[in-house]
Amino acid sequence: MITFKNVSKSYGRQVVLDDLSFEIKQGQFVVLIGPSGCGKTTTLKMINRLIEPNSGEIYINGVNIMRQNPVELRRSIGYVIQQIGLFPNMTVEQNIAVVPKLLKYPKERWKPIVRELLELVNMPYEENAHKYPSELSGGQQQRIGVLRALAASPPIVLMDEPFGALDPITRDCLQEEVKKIQKKLKKTIVFVTHDMEEALKLADTIVFMNEGKIVQMASPEEMLRNPADNIVREFMGRHMQGGESPDLYVEDVMRTRILKVPKTLRTLECIDRMDRWEVNSVIVINDDETYAGTVSLEDIHKQGKPGREIGELITEETPTVSRFYKAQEVFDQLLTSPCKYLVVLNDDRTVAGLVTRTSMTKAVGKALWGAEIS
Amino acid sequence: MNFIVFVNEHYTEILTSILQHIYLVFFSVMIGILFSIPAGILLSRHKKAAEKILAVVSIVQTIPGLVMLGLALLIFGVGNTPALVVLSIYSVLPILRNTYTGLTEVQPGLIEAGRGIGMTLSQLLFRVQLPLAMPSIISGIRISTVYIVSWAALAGLIGAGGLGDLIWTGLSTYNTNYILAGAIPSAILAFLFSGIIGGVQRLATPRGLRGSTA
Repeated sequence: MITFKNVSKSYGRQVVLDDLSFEIKQGQFVVLIGPSGCGKTTTLKMINRLIEPNSGEIYINGVNIMRQNPVELRRSIGYVIQQIGLFPNMTVEQNIAVVPKLLKYPKERWKPIVRELLELVNMPYEENAHKYPSELSGGQQQRIGVLRALAASPPIVLMDEPFGALDPITRDCLQEEVKKIQKKLKKTIVFVTHDMEEALKLADTIVFMNEGKIVQMASPEEMLRNPADNIVREFMGRHMQGGESPDLYVEDVMRTRILKVPKTLRTLECIDRMDRWEVNSVIVINDDETYAGTVSLEDIHKQGKPGREIGELITEETPTVSRFYKAQEVFDQLLTSPCKYLVVLNDDRTVAGLVTRTSMTKAVGKALWGAEIS
Repeated sequence: MNFIVFVNEHYTEILTSILQHIYLVFFSVMIGILFSIPAGILLSRHKKAAEKILAVVSIVQTIPGLVMLGLALLIFGVGNTPALVVLSIYSVLPILRNTYTGLTEVQPGLIEAGRGIGMTLSQLLFRVQLPLAMPSIISGIRISTVYIVSWAALAGLIGAGGLGDLIWTGLSTYNTNYILAGAIPSAILAFLFSGIIGGVQRLATPRGLRGSTA
Protein backbone atom coordinates (compact mmCIF):
# COMPACT_ATOMS: atom_id res chain seq x y z
CA MET A 1 0.00 0.00 0.00
CA ILE A 2 2.77 2.43 0.95
CA THR A 3 6.12 1.79 -0.63
CA PHE A 4 9.38 3.64 -0.01
CA LYS A 5 11.99 3.10 -2.70
CA ASN A 6 15.53 4.25 -1.97
CA VAL A 7 14.35 7.38 -0.22
CA SER A 8 17.04 9.74 1.05
CA LYS A 9 16.85 13.08 2.73
CA SER A 10 19.52 15.36 4.05
CA TYR A 11 19.67 18.89 5.34
CA GLY A 12 22.99 20.30 4.23
CA ARG A 13 25.52 17.71 5.23
CA GLN A 14 23.33 16.05 7.80
CA VAL A 15 21.80 12.88 6.47
CA VAL A 16 18.36 12.28 7.96
CA LEU A 17 17.22 9.35 5.85
CA ASP A 18 19.71 7.10 4.15
CA ASP A 19 18.43 5.09 1.20
CA LEU A 20 15.27 3.91 2.89
CA SER A 21 13.20 1.14 1.29
CA PHE A 22 10.28 -0.64 2.84
CA GLU A 23 6.67 -1.49 2.31
CA ILE A 24 3.61 -1.13 4.48
CA LYS A 25 0.72 -3.45 3.75
CA GLN A 26 -2.90 -2.45 3.75
CA GLY A 27 -4.71 -2.64 7.09
CA GLN A 28 -1.52 -2.80 9.12
CA PHE A 29 -0.73 -0.88 12.25
CA VAL A 30 2.87 0.12 11.70
CA VAL A 31 4.83 1.84 14.43
CA LEU A 32 8.02 3.74 13.64
CA ILE A 33 10.29 3.85 16.65
CA GLY A 34 13.87 4.70 17.45
CA PRO A 35 16.08 7.14 19.34
CA SER A 36 15.45 10.81 18.70
CA GLY A 37 16.89 12.03 15.44
CA CYS A 38 16.59 8.59 13.87
CA GLY A 39 14.38 9.89 11.07
CA LYS A 40 11.06 8.39 12.16
CA THR A 41 9.10 11.65 12.05
CA THR A 42 10.73 12.64 8.77
CA THR A 43 9.66 9.31 7.31
CA LEU A 44 6.10 9.85 8.49
CA LYS A 45 5.87 13.37 7.12
CA MET A 46 7.09 12.22 3.75
CA ILE A 47 3.99 10.13 3.31
CA ASN A 48 1.82 13.25 3.15
CA ARG A 49 4.54 15.37 1.59
CA LEU A 50 5.00 17.75 4.48
CA ILE A 51 8.63 16.86 3.87
CA GLU A 52 9.88 15.88 0.44
CA PRO A 53 12.75 13.49 -0.27
CA ASN A 54 15.96 14.53 -2.03
CA SER A 55 15.94 11.29 -3.94
CA GLY A 56 13.95 8.09 -4.20
CA GLU A 57 10.25 7.53 -4.66
CA ILE A 58 7.24 6.94 -2.48
CA TYR A 59 4.22 5.11 -3.84
CA ILE A 60 0.75 4.85 -2.39
CA ASN A 61 -1.27 2.11 -4.10
CA GLY A 62 1.22 2.18 -6.93
CA VAL A 63 0.94 5.91 -7.55
CA ASN A 64 4.04 8.04 -7.11
CA ILE A 65 2.98 10.70 -4.62
CA MET A 66 5.36 13.24 -6.08
CA ARG A 67 3.10 13.28 -9.13
CA GLN A 68 0.06 14.02 -6.99
CA ASN A 69 -1.17 17.41 -5.90
CA PRO A 70 0.06 17.68 -2.28
CA VAL A 71 -3.16 19.30 -1.04
CA GLU A 72 -5.33 16.56 -2.51
CA LEU A 73 -2.93 13.91 -1.26
CA ARG A 74 -3.15 15.26 2.29
CA ARG A 75 -6.93 15.36 2.23
CA SER A 76 -6.91 11.66 1.45
CA ILE A 77 -4.65 10.84 4.41
CA GLY A 78 -5.59 11.32 8.07
CA TYR A 79 -3.10 13.23 10.20
CA VAL A 80 -2.80 13.43 13.98
CA ILE A 81 -0.03 15.38 15.70
CA GLN A 82 1.34 15.49 19.21
CA GLN A 83 0.32 19.09 19.85
CA ILE A 84 -3.22 17.96 18.99
CA GLY A 85 -3.71 20.98 16.77
CA LEU A 86 -7.45 21.41 17.16
CA PHE A 87 -8.46 24.79 15.82
CA PRO A 88 -9.46 26.79 18.92
CA ASN A 89 -11.79 29.03 16.92
CA MET A 90 -13.91 26.10 15.80
CA THR A 91 -16.28 23.89 17.75
CA VAL A 92 -15.73 20.18 18.15
CA GLU A 93 -18.14 19.60 15.29
CA GLN A 94 -16.44 22.11 13.00
CA ASN A 95 -13.06 20.62 13.82
CA ILE A 96 -14.16 17.12 12.96
CA ALA A 97 -15.89 18.28 9.79
CA VAL A 98 -12.98 20.34 8.57
CA VAL A 99 -11.66 17.88 5.98
CA PRO A 100 -15.11 16.84 4.71
CA LYS A 101 -15.81 20.54 4.25
CA LEU A 102 -12.55 21.05 2.39
CA LEU A 103 -13.70 18.21 0.16
CA LYS A 104 -17.00 20.07 -0.33
CA TYR A 105 -19.21 17.43 1.26
CA PRO A 106 -22.72 18.83 1.63
CA LYS A 107 -23.99 19.34 5.18
CA GLU A 108 -26.34 16.35 4.96
CA ARG A 109 -23.30 14.20 4.39
CA TRP A 110 -20.87 15.47 7.03
CA LYS A 111 -23.35 15.96 9.87
CA PRO A 112 -24.05 12.23 10.32
CA ILE A 113 -20.31 11.53 10.08
CA VAL A 114 -19.63 13.82 13.03
CA ARG A 115 -22.37 12.20 15.07
CA GLU A 116 -21.20 8.70 14.26
CA LEU A 117 -17.58 9.44 15.05
CA LEU A 118 -18.39 11.05 18.39
CA GLU A 119 -20.37 7.95 19.28
CA LEU A 120 -17.36 5.85 18.40
CA VAL A 121 -15.43 7.39 21.31
CA ASN A 122 -18.40 7.64 23.66
CA MET A 123 -18.70 11.39 23.51
CA PRO A 124 -22.39 12.01 22.86
CA TYR A 125 -23.08 14.49 20.07
CA GLU A 126 -25.54 16.63 22.03
CA GLU A 127 -23.11 17.14 24.89
CA ASN A 128 -19.92 17.67 22.96
CA ALA A 129 -20.41 18.81 19.39
CA HIS A 130 -20.85 22.47 20.21
CA LYS A 131 -18.10 22.75 22.77
CA TYR A 132 -14.83 24.47 21.96
CA PRO A 133 -11.53 22.63 22.33
CA SER A 134 -10.62 24.76 25.35
CA GLU A 135 -13.61 23.30 27.18
CA LEU A 136 -12.33 19.73 26.84
CA SER A 137 -9.72 17.79 28.82
CA GLY A 138 -6.46 16.88 27.11
CA GLY A 139 -7.60 13.33 26.52
CA GLN A 140 -10.90 14.43 25.01
CA GLN A 141 -9.10 16.93 22.80
CA GLN A 142 -6.87 14.25 21.35
CA ARG A 143 -9.88 11.98 20.84
CA ILE A 144 -11.32 14.74 18.68
CA GLY A 145 -7.92 15.08 17.01
CA VAL A 146 -8.15 11.42 16.05
CA LEU A 147 -11.73 11.79 14.86
CA ARG A 148 -10.78 14.74 12.70
CA ALA A 149 -8.23 12.52 10.99
CA LEU A 150 -10.89 9.89 10.37
CA ALA A 151 -13.71 12.13 9.18
CA ALA A 152 -13.19 11.85 5.45
CA SER A 153 -12.61 8.08 5.80
CA PRO A 154 -9.03 8.11 4.57
CA PRO A 155 -7.60 4.61 4.12
CA ILE A 156 -4.33 5.76 5.69
CA VAL A 157 -3.90 7.64 8.97
CA LEU A 158 -0.58 9.12 10.06
CA MET A 159 0.00 9.70 13.76
CA ASP A 160 3.01 11.62 15.02
CA GLU A 161 3.49 10.82 18.72
CA PRO A 162 -0.19 11.54 19.26
CA PHE A 163 -0.30 10.52 22.90
CA GLY A 164 3.09 11.82 23.98
CA ALA A 165 1.70 14.80 25.85
CA LEU A 166 -1.08 12.95 27.67
CA ASP A 167 -0.98 11.58 31.18
CA PRO A 168 -0.40 7.83 31.41
CA ILE A 169 -3.92 6.80 32.28
CA THR A 170 -5.53 8.80 29.50
CA ARG A 171 -2.83 7.55 27.16
CA ASP A 172 -3.74 3.96 27.99
CA CYS A 173 -7.40 4.61 27.19
CA LEU A 174 -6.66 6.32 23.91
CA GLN A 175 -4.27 3.61 22.82
CA GLU A 176 -6.95 1.06 23.34
CA GLU A 177 -9.53 3.14 21.52
CA VAL A 178 -7.25 3.74 18.56
CA LYS A 179 -6.42 0.06 18.30
CA LYS A 180 -10.11 -0.78 18.41
CA ILE A 181 -10.96 1.82 15.79
CA GLN A 182 -8.16 0.63 13.54
CA LYS A 183 -9.45 -2.92 13.63
CA LYS A 184 -13.06 -1.91 13.20
CA LEU A 185 -12.51 0.51 10.33
CA LYS A 186 -9.61 -1.47 8.82
CA LYS A 187 -7.32 1.52 8.51
CA THR A 188 -3.66 1.46 7.65
CA ILE A 189 -2.01 3.40 10.44
CA VAL A 190 1.53 4.70 10.50
CA PHE A 191 2.39 5.74 14.02
CA VAL A 192 5.52 7.41 15.38
CA THR A 193 6.55 6.99 19.01
CA HIS A 194 9.65 6.77 21.14
CA ASP A 195 7.85 4.65 23.74
CA MET A 196 8.51 0.94 23.27
CA GLU A 197 5.62 0.01 25.51
CA GLU A 198 3.28 1.89 23.22
CA ALA A 199 4.82 0.27 20.16
CA LEU A 200 4.49 -3.23 21.59
CA LYS A 201 0.91 -2.57 22.55
CA LEU A 202 -0.26 -1.15 19.25
CA ALA A 203 1.85 -2.44 16.40
CA ASP A 204 1.33 -5.23 13.96
CA THR A 205 4.74 -4.34 12.63
CA ILE A 206 7.42 -2.31 14.37
CA VAL A 207 9.94 -0.45 12.24
CA PHE A 208 12.98 0.26 14.36
CA MET A 209 15.07 3.08 12.94
CA ASN A 210 18.46 4.48 13.82
CA GLU A 211 20.54 7.12 12.05
CA GLY A 212 18.23 7.27 9.07
CA LYS A 213 18.19 3.55 8.44
CA ILE A 214 15.89 0.72 9.31
CA VAL A 215 17.57 -1.51 11.86
CA GLN A 216 14.77 -4.03 12.11
CA MET A 217 11.25 -4.36 10.78
CA ALA A 218 9.34 -7.11 12.53
CA SER A 219 6.30 -8.04 14.55
CA PRO A 220 6.46 -7.14 18.26
CA GLU A 221 6.82 -10.81 19.19
CA GLU A 222 9.66 -11.34 16.78
CA MET A 223 11.41 -8.19 17.91
CA LEU A 224 11.17 -9.20 21.55
CA ARG A 225 12.48 -12.64 20.78
CA ASN A 226 15.23 -11.71 18.33
CA PRO A 227 16.26 -8.08 18.60
CA ALA A 228 18.54 -7.25 15.65
CA ASP A 229 21.20 -5.47 17.65
CA ASN A 230 22.08 -3.94 20.97
CA ILE A 231 20.27 -0.68 20.38
CA VAL A 232 17.03 -2.51 19.77
CA ARG A 233 17.68 -4.73 22.78
CA GLU A 234 18.30 -1.69 24.95
CA PHE A 235 15.11 -0.08 23.75
CA MET A 236 13.14 -3.18 24.58
CA GLY A 237 14.71 -3.12 28.02
CA ARG A 238 12.34 -4.49 30.58
CA HIS A 239 9.99 -5.89 27.98
CA MET A 240 12.44 -8.63 27.09
CA GLN A 241 11.61 -12.11 28.15
CA GLY A 242 13.69 -13.55 30.96
CA GLY A 243 14.40 -17.25 31.36
CA GLU A 244 11.97 -20.05 30.74
CA SER A 245 9.72 -19.47 33.73
CA PRO A 246 10.22 -15.89 34.67
CA ASP A 247 10.37 -15.05 38.35
CA LEU A 248 8.12 -12.07 38.55
CA TYR A 249 8.21 -9.71 41.48
CA VAL A 250 5.76 -7.06 42.43
CA GLU A 251 7.98 -4.35 41.01
CA ASP A 252 7.78 -6.03 37.61
CA VAL A 253 4.02 -5.94 37.46
CA MET A 254 3.10 -2.73 39.24
CA ARG A 255 1.96 0.42 37.59
CA THR A 256 4.27 3.27 38.51
CA ARG A 257 2.41 6.19 37.03
CA ILE A 258 -0.04 6.98 39.77
CA LEU A 259 -1.72 9.98 41.28
CA LYS A 260 -0.23 10.90 44.66
CA VAL A 261 -1.46 13.85 46.68
CA PRO A 262 -0.24 15.45 49.91
CA LYS A 263 -2.40 15.15 53.04
CA THR A 264 -3.05 18.85 53.13
CA LEU A 265 -4.67 19.03 49.71
CA ARG A 266 -8.24 20.38 49.83
CA THR A 267 -10.95 18.02 48.69
CA LEU A 268 -12.11 20.15 45.78
CA GLU A 269 -8.64 20.41 44.31
CA CYS A 270 -8.30 16.69 44.80
CA ILE A 271 -11.48 15.94 42.87
CA ASP A 272 -10.23 18.19 40.15
CA ARG A 273 -6.97 16.27 39.85
CA MET A 274 -8.76 12.94 39.87
CA ASP A 275 -10.92 14.20 37.06
CA ARG A 276 -7.93 15.16 35.06
CA TRP A 277 -6.28 11.80 35.61
CA GLU A 278 -9.58 10.05 35.07
CA VAL A 279 -9.13 7.93 38.18
CA ASN A 280 -11.48 7.36 41.07
CA SER A 281 -9.08 7.01 43.95
CA VAL A 282 -5.84 8.61 45.05
CA ILE A 283 -2.84 7.72 47.18
CA VAL A 284 -2.35 10.17 50.03
CA ILE A 285 1.20 10.73 51.22
CA ASN A 286 2.69 12.34 54.33
CA ASP A 287 5.04 15.30 54.27
CA ASP A 288 8.04 12.96 54.15
CA GLU A 289 6.47 11.21 51.14
CA THR A 290 5.65 8.06 53.11
CA TYR A 291 2.36 6.33 52.52
CA ALA A 292 -0.56 7.67 54.51
CA GLY A 293 -3.60 5.93 52.99
CA THR A 294 -6.00 6.02 50.10
CA VAL A 295 -9.13 8.00 49.44
CA SER A 296 -11.74 7.12 46.87
CA LEU A 297 -14.01 9.52 45.06
CA GLU A 298 -16.87 7.88 46.92
CA ASP A 299 -15.28 8.71 50.29
CA ILE A 300 -14.99 12.34 49.30
CA HIS A 301 -18.58 12.51 48.17
CA LYS A 302 -19.80 10.76 51.30
CA GLN A 303 -18.05 12.78 53.95
CA GLY A 304 -16.00 15.47 52.31
CA LYS A 305 -17.16 19.02 52.68
CA PRO A 306 -15.57 21.58 50.40
CA GLY A 307 -12.40 22.99 51.90
CA ARG A 308 -11.60 19.99 54.08
CA GLU A 309 -8.17 18.48 53.83
CA ILE A 310 -7.92 15.15 52.08
CA GLY A 311 -5.87 13.72 54.96
CA GLU A 312 -8.97 13.64 57.15
CA LEU A 313 -10.75 11.23 54.84
CA ILE A 314 -8.11 8.53 54.67
CA THR A 315 -9.26 4.95 54.92
CA GLU A 316 -6.79 2.24 55.78
CA GLU A 317 -8.65 -0.49 53.97
CA THR A 318 -6.27 -0.81 51.04
CA PRO A 319 -3.69 -3.54 51.68
CA THR A 320 -0.04 -2.69 51.12
CA VAL A 321 2.73 -4.93 49.85
CA SER A 322 6.47 -4.61 49.41
CA ARG A 323 7.84 -4.22 45.92
CA PHE A 324 10.08 -7.23 46.51
CA TYR A 325 7.27 -9.69 47.15
CA LYS A 326 6.74 -12.43 44.64
CA ALA A 327 4.15 -11.42 42.12
CA GLN A 328 2.30 -14.69 42.55
CA GLU A 329 1.54 -14.11 46.23
CA VAL A 330 0.29 -10.65 45.52
CA PHE A 331 -1.84 -11.96 42.72
CA ASP A 332 -3.58 -14.29 45.17
CA GLN A 333 -4.07 -11.48 47.62
CA LEU A 334 -5.55 -9.24 44.96
CA LEU A 335 -7.98 -11.90 43.84
CA THR A 336 -9.19 -12.66 47.36
CA SER A 337 -9.37 -9.11 48.68
CA PRO A 338 -12.37 -6.89 48.02
CA CYS A 339 -10.05 -4.07 46.95
CA LYS A 340 -9.51 -3.32 43.31
CA TYR A 341 -5.83 -2.64 43.83
CA LEU A 342 -2.89 -2.96 46.21
CA VAL A 343 -0.46 -0.26 47.15
CA VAL A 344 3.20 -1.15 46.62
CA LEU A 345 5.65 0.34 49.11
CA ASN A 346 9.40 0.77 49.03
CA ASP A 347 11.46 -0.20 52.07
CA ASP A 348 11.27 3.33 53.42
CA ARG A 349 7.46 3.26 53.22
CA THR A 350 7.31 5.62 50.26
CA VAL A 351 4.88 4.65 47.52
CA ALA A 352 6.36 2.74 44.61
CA GLY A 353 3.27 1.99 42.61
CA LEU A 354 0.01 0.13 42.37
CA VAL A 355 -0.90 -3.37 41.41
CA THR A 356 -4.30 -3.42 39.77
CA ARG A 357 -6.12 -6.33 38.25
CA THR A 358 -5.35 -4.89 34.83
CA SER A 359 -1.63 -4.57 35.46
CA MET A 360 -1.61 -8.10 36.84
CA THR A 361 -3.39 -9.50 33.81
CA LYS A 362 -1.01 -7.70 31.51
CA ALA A 363 2.01 -9.08 33.33
CA VAL A 364 0.67 -12.59 33.14
CA GLY A 365 -0.12 -12.20 29.48
CA LYS A 366 3.33 -10.91 28.79
CA ALA A 367 4.95 -13.77 30.66
CA LEU A 368 2.85 -16.24 28.71
CA TRP A 369 3.03 -14.86 25.21
CA GLY A 370 6.08 -12.68 25.35
CA ALA A 371 4.27 -9.52 24.37
CA GLU A 372 2.11 -6.92 25.91
CA ILE A 373 -1.55 -7.75 25.43
CA SER A 374 -3.99 -5.05 24.63
CA MET B 1 -21.79 80.10 30.99
CA ASN B 2 -19.93 81.87 28.24
CA PHE B 3 -19.06 78.57 26.67
CA ILE B 4 -22.66 77.43 26.40
CA VAL B 5 -23.61 80.68 24.72
CA PHE B 6 -20.65 80.22 22.41
CA VAL B 7 -21.71 76.71 21.50
CA ASN B 8 -25.21 77.92 20.79
CA GLU B 9 -23.93 80.60 18.48
CA HIS B 10 -21.35 78.47 16.66
CA TYR B 11 -23.47 75.38 16.56
CA THR B 12 -23.15 74.65 12.83
CA GLU B 13 -19.45 75.47 12.70
CA ILE B 14 -18.69 72.99 15.51
CA LEU B 15 -20.85 70.30 13.96
CA THR B 16 -19.16 70.71 10.58
CA SER B 17 -15.78 70.46 12.26
CA ILE B 18 -16.78 67.29 14.08
CA LEU B 19 -18.00 65.73 10.83
CA GLN B 20 -14.83 66.74 9.04
CA HIS B 21 -12.81 65.29 11.87
CA ILE B 22 -14.66 61.98 11.72
CA TYR B 23 -14.20 61.98 7.97
CA LEU B 24 -10.43 62.43 8.33
CA VAL B 25 -10.12 59.76 10.99
CA PHE B 26 -12.36 57.29 9.21
CA PHE B 27 -10.67 57.50 5.85
CA SER B 28 -7.11 57.56 7.10
CA VAL B 29 -7.68 54.56 9.38
CA MET B 30 -9.48 52.83 6.50
CA ILE B 31 -6.51 53.39 4.21
CA GLY B 32 -4.26 52.24 7.03
CA ILE B 33 -6.26 49.01 7.42
CA LEU B 34 -6.40 48.33 3.70
CA PHE B 35 -2.67 48.68 3.50
CA SER B 36 -1.57 47.18 6.79
CA ILE B 37 -3.50 43.92 6.94
CA PRO B 38 -2.33 42.59 3.57
CA ALA B 39 1.15 43.93 4.33
CA GLY B 40 1.09 42.21 7.73
CA ILE B 41 0.08 38.94 6.09
CA LEU B 42 2.93 39.31 3.65
CA LEU B 43 5.39 40.07 6.43
CA SER B 44 4.25 37.04 8.43
CA ARG B 45 5.38 34.89 5.52
CA HIS B 46 8.80 36.52 5.29
CA LYS B 47 9.83 36.74 8.89
CA LYS B 48 13.45 37.67 8.25
CA ALA B 49 12.56 40.71 6.18
CA ALA B 50 9.72 41.53 8.54
CA GLU B 51 11.91 42.49 11.48
CA LYS B 52 13.82 45.00 9.34
CA ILE B 53 10.75 46.46 7.70
CA LEU B 54 8.96 46.87 11.02
CA ALA B 55 12.03 48.63 12.41
CA VAL B 56 12.02 51.07 9.51
CA VAL B 57 8.31 51.74 9.90
CA SER B 58 8.83 52.40 13.60
CA ILE B 59 11.45 55.01 12.76
CA VAL B 60 9.08 56.74 10.35
CA GLN B 61 6.56 56.77 13.16
CA THR B 62 8.91 58.79 15.36
CA ILE B 63 9.09 61.69 12.88
CA PRO B 64 7.04 64.46 14.49
CA GLY B 65 3.63 64.97 12.97
CA LEU B 66 4.32 68.63 12.23
CA VAL B 67 7.36 67.76 10.14
CA MET B 68 5.39 65.21 8.19
CA LEU B 69 2.55 67.63 7.64
CA GLY B 70 5.02 70.23 6.44
CA LEU B 71 6.52 67.77 3.97
CA ALA B 72 3.11 66.70 2.78
CA LEU B 73 2.13 70.34 2.36
CA LEU B 74 5.13 70.87 0.10
CA ILE B 75 4.26 67.86 -2.01
CA PHE B 76 0.46 67.93 -2.13
CA GLY B 77 -0.40 71.54 -1.35
CA VAL B 78 -3.09 72.72 1.05
CA GLY B 79 -6.26 70.79 1.94
CA ASN B 80 -7.50 67.30 2.58
CA THR B 81 -5.06 65.26 0.56
CA PRO B 82 -1.84 65.92 2.50
CA ALA B 83 -3.67 65.41 5.78
CA LEU B 84 -5.12 62.09 4.66
CA VAL B 85 -1.74 60.94 3.42
CA VAL B 86 0.07 61.81 6.63
CA LEU B 87 -2.62 60.43 8.92
CA SER B 88 -2.78 57.21 6.91
CA ILE B 89 0.94 56.76 7.29
CA TYR B 90 0.64 57.21 11.03
CA SER B 91 -2.19 54.70 11.25
CA VAL B 92 -0.13 52.01 9.57
CA LEU B 93 2.31 50.97 12.27
CA PRO B 94 0.04 49.75 15.09
CA ILE B 95 -2.17 47.82 12.69
CA LEU B 96 0.77 46.40 10.78
CA ARG B 97 2.60 45.33 13.89
CA ASN B 98 -0.46 43.79 15.50
CA THR B 99 -1.40 41.94 12.33
CA TYR B 100 2.12 40.58 12.12
CA THR B 101 2.34 39.53 15.76
CA GLY B 102 -1.20 38.17 15.73
CA LEU B 103 -0.40 35.95 12.76
CA THR B 104 3.03 34.85 13.88
CA GLU B 105 1.78 33.98 17.35
CA VAL B 106 -0.62 31.34 16.03
CA GLN B 107 0.75 28.08 17.44
CA PRO B 108 2.97 26.23 14.97
CA GLY B 109 1.05 23.04 15.80
CA LEU B 110 -2.10 24.55 14.31
CA ILE B 111 -0.31 25.50 11.12
CA GLU B 112 1.15 22.02 10.85
CA ALA B 113 -2.22 20.43 11.52
CA GLY B 114 -3.86 22.67 8.93
CA ARG B 115 -1.30 21.90 6.25
CA GLY B 116 -1.22 18.24 7.18
CA ILE B 117 -4.93 17.76 6.70
CA GLY B 118 -4.82 19.45 3.32
CA MET B 119 -5.60 23.13 3.67
CA THR B 120 -4.21 25.41 0.99
CA LEU B 121 -2.28 28.44 2.20
CA SER B 122 -5.28 30.70 1.71
CA GLN B 123 -7.64 28.30 3.48
CA LEU B 124 -5.20 28.17 6.35
CA LEU B 125 -5.10 31.96 6.37
CA PHE B 126 -8.82 32.59 6.27
CA ARG B 127 -10.03 29.69 8.40
CA VAL B 128 -7.33 29.52 11.03
CA GLN B 129 -4.72 32.26 11.11
CA LEU B 130 -6.84 35.35 10.54
CA PRO B 131 -9.66 34.36 12.91
CA LEU B 132 -7.11 33.67 15.63
CA ALA B 133 -5.21 36.89 14.92
CA MET B 134 -8.39 38.97 14.76
CA PRO B 135 -8.39 40.17 18.39
CA SER B 136 -4.83 41.38 17.99
CA ILE B 137 -5.54 43.06 14.63
CA ILE B 138 -8.57 44.89 15.95
CA SER B 139 -6.68 46.04 18.99
CA GLY B 140 -4.14 47.53 16.56
CA ILE B 141 -6.96 49.33 14.75
CA ARG B 142 -8.19 50.65 18.07
CA ILE B 143 -4.78 52.03 19.01
CA SER B 144 -4.45 53.62 15.56
CA THR B 145 -7.87 55.21 15.71
CA VAL B 146 -7.29 56.81 19.09
CA TYR B 147 -3.94 58.14 17.86
CA ILE B 148 -5.41 59.48 14.68
CA VAL B 149 -8.22 61.29 16.47
CA SER B 150 -5.59 63.38 18.23
CA TRP B 151 -3.17 63.62 15.29
CA ALA B 152 -6.03 64.83 13.10
CA ALA B 153 -6.26 67.96 15.22
CA LEU B 154 -2.90 68.95 13.72
CA ALA B 155 -4.38 68.70 10.27
CA GLY B 156 -6.24 71.94 10.89
CA LEU B 157 -2.88 73.64 10.43
CA ILE B 158 -2.73 72.80 6.75
CA GLY B 159 -6.31 73.60 6.04
CA ALA B 160 -7.80 70.13 6.20
CA GLY B 161 -10.55 71.30 8.53
CA GLY B 162 -11.74 69.26 11.49
CA LEU B 163 -11.65 70.08 15.16
CA GLY B 164 -8.05 71.22 14.79
CA ASP B 165 -9.38 74.26 12.95
CA LEU B 166 -11.29 75.39 16.04
CA ILE B 167 -8.33 74.74 18.32
CA TRP B 168 -5.87 76.66 16.15
CA THR B 169 -8.31 79.52 15.78
CA GLY B 170 -8.66 79.60 19.56
CA LEU B 171 -4.91 79.48 20.13
CA SER B 172 -4.16 82.27 17.69
CA THR B 173 -6.91 84.55 18.99
CA TYR B 174 -6.61 83.68 22.70
CA ASN B 175 -10.21 82.51 22.60
CA THR B 176 -10.68 79.74 25.18
CA ASN B 177 -14.14 78.93 23.87
CA TYR B 178 -12.77 77.94 20.46
CA ILE B 179 -10.13 75.78 22.11
CA LEU B 180 -12.69 74.04 24.27
CA ALA B 181 -15.09 73.60 21.35
CA GLY B 182 -12.28 71.76 19.56
CA ALA B 183 -10.75 69.87 22.43
CA ILE B 184 -13.86 68.50 24.15
CA PRO B 185 -15.44 66.85 21.09
CA SER B 186 -12.04 65.53 20.12
CA ALA B 187 -11.66 63.83 23.51
CA ILE B 188 -15.20 62.48 23.31
CA LEU B 189 -14.54 61.12 19.83
CA ALA B 190 -11.41 59.30 20.98
CA PHE B 191 -13.31 57.80 23.87
CA LEU B 192 -16.29 56.84 21.72
CA PHE B 193 -14.27 55.21 18.92
CA SER B 194 -12.21 53.29 21.41
CA GLY B 195 -15.37 51.97 23.04
CA ILE B 196 -17.03 51.01 19.77
CA ILE B 197 -13.95 49.21 18.47
CA GLY B 198 -13.54 47.49 21.82
CA GLY B 199 -17.06 46.13 21.36
CA VAL B 200 -16.28 44.97 17.84
CA GLN B 201 -13.17 43.29 19.19
CA ARG B 202 -15.18 41.28 21.68
CA LEU B 203 -17.58 40.22 18.94
CA ALA B 204 -14.77 39.27 16.59
CA THR B 205 -12.95 37.17 19.16
CA PRO B 206 -13.73 33.54 18.32
CA ARG B 207 -15.90 32.12 21.07
CA GLY B 208 -13.43 29.35 21.75
CA LEU B 209 -10.84 31.96 22.70
CA ARG B 210 -12.94 34.17 24.90
CA GLY B 211 -12.00 34.16 28.50
CA SER B 212 -8.44 33.23 27.71
CA THR B 213 -7.55 36.49 26.02
CA ALA B 214 -10.06 38.89 27.55
